[in-house]
Amino acid sequence: MAVGAAIIRFMGLDPVSAYRALVLGSVGNLNAVGETLVKAVPLMFTGLSFAFAFRCGLINIGAEGQLYMGGLLSVCAGVFIKGLPALIHLPLALAAGFAGGGLWGLISGWLKTRFGASEIITTVMLNYVAIYFVSYLVTGPLKAPPGNFPHTEPVAVTAELPRILAGTRLHLGFIFALLAICFYYVFLWHTREGFELRVVGQNTEAAKYAGMKPSSSIMTAMFLAGGMGGLAGAGEILGVQHRLMQAFSPGYGFDGIAVALLGLNTPLGIFLAAVLFGILRSGGNMMQMMVEVPIALIYIIQALVILFVVAQIMAKPSGRRRLRSFLRDFRLFEASGGAGRIGSRG
Amino acid sequence: MSTVLEMKNITKKFPGVLANDNVCFSADSGEVHALLGENGAGKTTLMNILYGLYQPTSGEIYLKGRKVEITSPKVAIENGIGMVHQHFMLIPALSVVENVILGMRQRRGAFLAIDEAAAKVKDLSARYGLAVDPHRKVGDLSVGERQRVEIVKALYRGADLLILDEPTAVLTPQETDELFGVIRHLTAQGHTVIFISHKLNEVKAISDRVTVLRQGRAVTTVKTSRVSKEELARFMVGKEVLFDIEREPLEPGAPVLRLDQIEADNDLGLRALKNVSLEIRQREVLGIAGVDGNGQRELVEVICGLRKASRGTVWLGDIDVTNASPRRITELGTAHIPEDRQARGLVLTMTLKENLVLHDYYRPPFSRGHFLNWKEIRDHSRRLIREFDVRTPHEDLLAKNLSGGNQQKLILARELSSQPQLLVAMHPTRGLDVGAIEYVHRKIMEQRARGAAVLLVSTDLDEILSLSDRIAVIYEGEIMGILANHQVDIGEIGLMMAGVKKTAVA
Ligand SMILES: Nc1ncnc2c1ncn2[C@@H]1O[C@H](COP(=O)(O)OP(=O)(O)OP(=O)(O)O)[C@@H](O)[C@H]1O
Ligand SMILES: [Mg+2]
Repeated sequence: MAVGAAIIRFMGLDPVSAYRALVLGSVGNLNAVGETLVKAVPLMFTGLSFAFAFRCGLINIGAEGQLYMGGLLSVCAGVFIKGLPALIHLPLALAAGFAGGGLWGLISGWLKTRFGASEIITTVMLNYVAIYFVSYLVTGPLKAPPGNFPHTEPVAVTAELPRILAGTRLHLGFIFALLAICFYYVFLWHTREGFELRVVGQNTEAAKYAGMKPSSSIMTAMFLAGGMGGLAGAGEILGVQHRLMQAFSPGYGFDGIAVALLGLNTPLGIFLAAVLFGILRSGGNMMQMMVEVPIALIYIIQALVILFVVAQIMAKPSGRRRLRSFLRDFRLFEASGGAGRIGSRG
Repeated sequence: MSTVLEMKNITKKFPGVLANDNVCFSADSGEVHALLGENGAGKTTLMNILYGLYQPTSGEIYLKGRKVEITSPKVAIENGIGMVHQHFMLIPALSVVENVILGMRQRRGAFLAIDEAAAKVKDLSARYGLAVDPHRKVGDLSVGERQRVEIVKALYRGADLLILDEPTAVLTPQETDELFGVIRHLTAQGHTVIFISHKLNEVKAISDRVTVLRQGRAVTTVKTSRVSKEELARFMVGKEVLFDIEREPLEPGAPVLRLDQIEADNDLGLRALKNVSLEIRQREVLGIAGVDGNGQRELVEVICGLRKASRGTVWLGDIDVTNASPRRITELGTAHIPEDRQARGLVLTMTLKENLVLHDYYRPPFSRGHFLNWKEIRDHSRRLIREFDVRTPHEDLLAKNLSGGNQQKLILARELSSQPQLLVAMHPTRGLDVGAIEYVHRKIMEQRARGAAVLLVSTDLDEILSLSDRIAVIYEGEIMGILANHQVDIGEIGLMMAGVKKTAVA
């Protein structure tokens, strides 16, 4: 924060009023709080996306692509299916979003278990595929007829996530995000499959020896990770945008990585980190409007927050070791010529 | 000789554990100072403090009379301290030199001076009799060779004082002799070596002085030449230790495990098992003797379903389990104490209670439907921890925070609690102190008396001889012969281990 202030001062602006704007814009009034939480919703989902895979020893950089595919399928369900009551239509659209992201994640899982392809590479590549695919659809086949705007028809009202706080844009997706966090906790720490997933993530050899099947855990993890990414997209579409357009995500998928790391991949941590990033995001807009601090500064602050967390982990020997083994994996990954053996290390 | 190191009144508290209690320890230049003590006595902790991995709760460290604060391994290295850990920390995918220079600050810009480093590694190797080829990939090296790389790595960083934490636990007798040669080279050139081991013979053979730790306290420091093995054992444990275990004669029952002309390949695709046939019956221990790397690992993996047999049949009772899944084989009553407890036997970053149900988590009472029953798991864990005397404050500790010996007890607790029909034990006492070895041996004998069949793989011939009813010698994947224990002639086993076949089969 102090560093951020120094930068603002350096730019010849007033840091105090800048931060006041940040706070006002994020929690200053009901509307601001709503906006903050609206921003936090997709971040919770994408944070969970990274975390699910990470718990299984996988690095999922693909939440962004999963988000687009989730958005795409949920919009299809929202637009083309008509005449259903909201009670059925909305869950259906959400499920479509989950499935869209989940299947996208499964592709990486399958490539990994079948061919040993690094999920880091495949998820990144699938991001591009998804983003350009959606661009193509909304500028071509799915473009709404009148006008030249590259977006689809709006989804049916019955598929929209209803607002839950009068006077704000906060929608039911927030509740679903909280449920997803609960699901994350219950699944990993209270179910057999979750236990297997964590064992595989921590020690694949021991998992095999204990009679578990690492490949099925990897598939499960990538499906759930993708599903969470998909829900991020579905929530954003059904709750905020109501239609699919190009580039509708300002990088929620990538911020999710930071959210998960900052939250140490724990349920509560992910929630808090997502809210913090929500604050920075929504307050940042206000800061830009009122004090003319460029939004890029928010990214700097975000990066600083992450650096501080990393530094704090580094201060503890145990954390240092964890981080080191994380980095070692990366080096290993490079050393093996990008053919990628992370996760399958024995 | 001058004193190079003095650790004064070192105390280290972990939550619930007093790992070091007012320990004083010193070392002279050019000496080999052995550190002896039961599992969990605090040896590794004391050395981790010296190496800057832990900060002492209280106490002081002096190097050459100067007080130092060793706040990190980096500071330790700057002060000429090197450590080879109980469990190696090399990266298999990289070459020897790359491992050696990894993490070091490069003086000349961003480019790695690989050739220069390789030359220096060669130089060091020659000087201390450490045969290592700097360009080989670490993943292709044997355990003994990897250890030499660790030593070179420490010397490369300028270590005068070298800590070797249980260096011989994973070595064959020949490799141990080679290591001792290296240690003698080192001390002859003025280096100081702190040597941790549970093997009293080794301590007697290599060290000048011994310090014994018991439950975190330094019990005594003596000149090695002035004490006997038995006295050392008494210092460690605080009571007399039985070096030999009673093996009561039992009538073997029905066959439990039968291998019929098994063949299998190793990881490199080479034939590792050739036409192996053997049988173990109830109330019988079959010992597999042989030099490490002669197919023992593959044999165990085939039996446990972790490796495909390319030919032959494995029978458990009268069920054909050839190439069945590990889970099915476990469910049919097989327990397995794996060769490498850290890589296979445990998930170090998970809690003790999670580790204790690693095999049974999916079955009632630990699971109902898809859900884990934590209450059952916790109760079960507490029971086992008590029964097997795992030294830990509670069952939520991470497995990595247990001492090596207690980790082994944890595995034993898990594997033996299922009352197996067949127990496959590979190096079950590696790295254990004499008291713990006695304990493990007693547990294995209990299983035998209960009616289990036991397959015991060990490179320790004494262990094989004292526990086995019959002994099979394996050499390059072939069983050279099977002898009944009472007709064993050590010289003959030695010959068989070197590949000379025995025709008469017991
Ligand atoms: N990081 C830690 N957190 C909590 N307890 C610890 C930690 N490290 C060690 N301990 C405890 O401190 C005690 C001493 O452990 P240490 O590893 O030093 O034993 P050791 O003498 O090296 O035994 P071994 O011969 O089995 O390797 C043990 O009871 C162990 O459980
Ligand atoms: Mg130790």
